[in-house]
Amino acid sequence: MMQLYKMAFRDLGRNRRRSFFSALALAMGLALLLLMAATVRGEMLGALESNIKLNSGHLQVRAASYNEDKTSLKWADLIENPEALAAKIAALQPVVAATPRLFASGIVSAKDSPVGVRIFGIDPASEANAPYRDGMVGGEFLTADDREGIVIGEALSNKLGLKTGDTVNLLVNTSSGDVDQQPFVIRGIYTTHTPGFDESTVLIPLLKAQAITKTENHASTIFIVLKNKADTAAVLAALPTSQYQVKTWEQMNELVVQFEQFADAYMSIFYLIILVITATVIVNTLIMSVYERTREIGILSAIGMKGGRIMAMFFAESSLLAVGGILMGLVLGGLLVFYATRYGFYIGNMGVTGMTLGERIYASLTLSDTISLTIITFVVTLLAALYPALLAARMQPVEALHSGQ
Amino acid sequence: MEVTKIENVTRTFKIGKVETQALRGVNLLIENGEFTALVGPSGSGKTTLLQLIGCLDQPTSGRVYINGKDISKLNRNQRADMRRGTIGFIFQFFALIPTLTAYENVEIPLLLVGQGSAERHERITKLLEAVDLADRAHHRPDQLSGGEQQRVAIARALATQPALILADEPTANLDTANGKQVMEIMTRLNQETGVTFVFATHDPRVIHYARRVVTLRDGLIVQNGNGDQAPLPGEKYEI
Repeated sequence: MMQLYKMAFRDLGRNRRRSFFSALALAMGLALLLLMAATVRGEMLGALESNIKLNSGHLQVRAASYNEDKTSLKWADLIENPEALAAKIAALQPVVAATPRLFASGIVSAKDSPVGVRIFGIDPASEANAPYRDGMVGGEFLTADDREGIVIGEALSNKLGLKTGDTVNLLVNTSSGDVDQQPFVIRGIYTTHTPGFDESTVLIPLLKAQAITKTENHASTIFIVLKNKADTAAVLAALPTSQYQVKTWEQMNELVVQFEQFADAYMSIFYLIILVITATVIVNTLIMSVYERTREIGILSAIGMKGGRIMAMFFAESSLLAVGGILMGLVLGGLLVFYATRYGFYIGNMGVTGMTLGERIYASLTLSDTISLTIITFVVTLLAALYPALLAARMQPVEALHSGQ
Repeated sequence: MEVTKIENVTRTFKIGKVETQALRGVNLLIENGEFTALVGPSGSGKTTLLQLIGCLDQPTSGRVYINGKDISKLNRNQRADMRRGTIGFIFQFFALIPTLTAYENVEIPLLLVGQGSAERHERITKLLEAVDLADRAHHRPDQLSGGEQQRVAIARALATQPALILADEPTANLDTANGKQVMEIMTRLNQETGVTFVFATHDPRVIHYARRVVTLRDGLIVQNGNGDQAPLPGEKYEI
């Protein structure tokens, strides 16, 4: 076996440039696979984390009849006296924050430009609202007793040409089915680096939201943030599920999970295309090698080397190319993934309905993806050697010996 | 005892729609320890006959026996086994693997028969000494002269101690001095080891080394005698 690899190694060394470029093609293929896998994984992970942070939390407790799609403001569909329930939940050990939120739909208009928005009535002091508070790019965050203040996203402020201190008119649906409108002063502008969210979501204090929507002492949901996603089941067990509907982050992010599965299947096709292109380079290299060494194959056959061993010789060459290519590919892919993990790719406002995509996609490479793609690349490279190896093994010794004469 | 027996062998090659009969019914018996030359002009069937004896090819009709075994019907792998254990080859174009050293080239057949490392080393050293190449063992073919390469090929052919060594025009690509040296080594090894040599040649300088000369013409053996029938060195060989 050692002799086989020694011969294979030297054979590759005969045409170093060709061998190097073949290994490089393999390396680039693997690097591209790693980058694609890491980007898709990062995008999905980012979308999920972002959605949990901004939209769903880890758990939400809602009134049994609450319909999320209708953003109902009827008292029967809301939680009464939400602070008391939130305080009980917040007392649970794995809970970071449990805070009431009131959701309403409305229209922000300024300078005769109306934009439909989701209104979040929030408790400004809650830890659950840190993503907005920490993302302030201008002005100040809300205070609980602010009766005229509103915080809008940077994307919306850019769209409407608004700045801190400007006044906007907010038209809101109320619990009675009417609409009400009031002027609000922009206290601050936030960014979550998620343009789709920032453009469509405005924040006002919960008390003000309850007042304007006529939903006194009611909230749409108790928004719960946990220390760890893994604690979800434990906290869920402690919640009053019989009186309320309780949704976990998994239930609230079904679309992201489905999209991830779809992306996995979709990306497999791209992986396959890259691997086929890479394999073609290897097949080409080895076929050239077979034709260049036809007489040598005849010599080896004449001195008694069987077809299986001749095939093994080409598989050994292919595996050496694979090892070289994979090592280079891991380095090259590692550098690309490192860059994409650290700096990300800017995608801007590429909204997907139901998903909260950030303006940058950050790669996230897992060990299992690295191992599986490396193994797949190795196996595909070996498979690529099958045809050239068969070609060599099936040569008739007499014809092979007289080739080129 | 006979090493090879050839009975009514024909070999027809078909190229496109044209059939060429390279051998037209050859009968030949080669005994153990012979040093036999197959002579004849180009196209007479020398190389085809060597290929059939060497299990590299199969006859269209007739039978070829090696050590009493009919090899005409052997499959590809069985023929490879026969070549590996029983037959050594020396080719006109030296036929060494260019990426391997002289030592490693001689080692290949020993690796194929699964000989152990120490035994292998001893055998290779002995063989390279026998062909006066002990000091060139770790040179690659492109660092060796044509004569040296052919001597490595002789050492490789002898490696597994075969019953029969077949040489196809072994001196055709060598100058007179190297051709002489190669033939002298082959003669010496034949005498010392008793291994049978059959070589095809149309080089009049080397025919006199043969103790038996088999002459072919148009695919038939036209003369089958001892080496005395061959012309002396320097004389033109006439068919």
